[in-house]
Amino acid sequence: MAVRAIIRPSFYKDSVALMRVAEALRAMPGVREVAALMGTPANHELLASAGLATAETKEAGPGDLVLAVDAESDAQAAAALVAADDFFGARRQALEATVRILPRTLDSALRHMPGANLVAISVPGPYAKFEAMRALRRGVHVFLFSDNVSLADEVELKRLAVHHRLLCMGPDCGTAYVNGVGLGFANVVPRGRIGYVAASGTGLQAVVSHLAALGEGISQGIGVGGRDLSADVGGLMTGLALEALAADSATEVVVLISKPPARSVLPRLEAALGSLGKPVVLCCLGELSHFGGPVRGVSTLEDAAHAAAAALHRRQWAPRAFGDPDAIRGRLTRISAGAEQRGRGILGLYTGGTLAHEARLLLDALLGPLSSNLAPGGDGSPHRILDLGADELTASRPHPMLDPGLRAHRVREAGRDPTVGIILLDLVLGRGAHTDPAGLLTAAIYDARTAAARAGRSLAVVASVVGTAGDPQGLPAQVARLEAAGVDVLPSNAQAARFAALAIRPDLSSTLLPEPP
Amino acid sequence: MSLETLLGQPLQVINLGVDAFALELQATGVPVVHVDWRPPAGGDLRLVKLLALLDEDPEA
Repeated sequence: MAVRAIIRPSFYKDSVALMRVAEALRAMPGVREVAALMGTPANHELLASAGLATAETKEAGPGDLVLAVDAESDAQAAAALVAADDFFGARRQALEATVRILPRTLDSALRHMPGANLVAISVPGPYAKFEAMRALRRGVHVFLFSDNVSLADEVELKRLAVHHRLLCMGPDCGTAYVNGVGLGFANVVPRGRIGYVAASGTGLQAVVSHLAALGEGISQGIGVGGRDLSADVGGLMTGLALEALAADSATEVVVLISKPPARSVLPRLEAALGSLGKPVVLCCLGELSHFGGPVRGVSTLEDAAHAAAAALHRRQWAPRAFGDPDAIRGRLTRISAGAEQRGRGILGLYTGGTLAHEARLLLDALLGPLSSNLAPGGDGSPHRILDLGADELTASRPHPMLDPGLRAHRVREAGRDPTVGIILLDLVLGRGAHTDPAGLLTAAIYDARTAAARAGRSLAVVASVVGTAGDPQGLPAQVARLEAAGVDVLPSNAQAARFAALAIRPDLSSTLLPEPP
Repeated sequence: MSLETLLGQPLQVINLGVDAFALELQATGVPVVHVDWRPPAGGDLRLVKLLALLDEDPEA
């Protein structure tokens, strides 16, 4: 066993790059564990508990990068450290393609690119406001991916932005599309006639993906961050975004995606939506609005897509539980076969918060209150929905959409839990996400099933995939991998949740799968 | 530049933070300048707040 470590002074790397280099090194021959971390006090503790702290690593400060490798031989550890340098070097070379040397500050970058019209900010939360204010003061629009920005800071940023009619997309904005360019985690979708205002990253991803499958593209996807429609923020960015979409000739239908807005925000929102002069689809997750007129309220992300397409083509549409009831009946027969050997509970393990929220609402209505880290209540329910990206579960770890390892661990755990009969999952593809989320997941599913089988139990897995034909992971291949692992892949998160409910309570067929006349 | 103007123009992006975002934009042909960012003021948040005040004050 050999541990080799090196520090790179004043070598700041973002958490995603560090995760990817650690992943790459772990795949090398003989390598058992890798740490790629900035030298913060918390990370020093992590290194120590992983047995990777050395005399070298102790010298690292918060601005210094620590690379530590535990391998079977010293030569293999050394090779891994060299590979890390190559990894960072290659990235730097790619990034320096258009500038001779990377600027160190926003102002320096603006000298390189005086025509810059957008600053994308994903620095750690405590510094995000500083950088965003700077950008706005220089008259540039902002995409603010960072979270851990205070509510007061968010209000200050957005007030400044609105005053100058600038975008401040976020904080906590995971996805946006401006002029057809995807920012953050974005699925590859065509340009088209539907515009969005989204207070939810994965919500936006889900709806644009459904619409892409229906042959419809996007004009603009303005992310506003998860708290925009709260009482404190008062819909500042939503208001600006709606005005812009109203005036945008390329946008024929507007879709608004959010959790239910604060009561105090509703009157102004109602007025703004009513005066857009274009059909609006309002998806506030479970809360059917009573706006009326040109505003169509829907309760699921999938329905938002269908309603928008219908509005675009001026045709009628009504929501249904399942798009293909016959196919569902066939699946139900198959999944019912193992019911006796299964635990009684559904365990939802979600990477997308909005998808978790949607599943919880649907299952709540069908099976009664269930427990969740999203909301209180449901104690004593055999069913649980977990949003693995929620703050208390991520702490200092990367988000599960970036690092599938966290969820894989939970899946394996579920295999040893006799109360779990059905695992319900989301899989989110697109630019910025992991290159093969299905691969890691199916390995964990296999292990979970094996563990359950040893205890005389069976385990069912139900999933939906957010993705498009153009996504780099290859949507058909990802779906095929899941299906080959025995996963029931449903066309949407809503259908997956309903199907899981049917598997628990086949008597729900009378409402969810009405017989044809 | 106003939002209405932005919506009609090609994007030119400056990226601070996750370098994967800059790499993705580059791969799709969007002009992007990635900033070799590190915490300002050596990471001292008190100093960062002071720097922000200086930025605010046009007389400074």
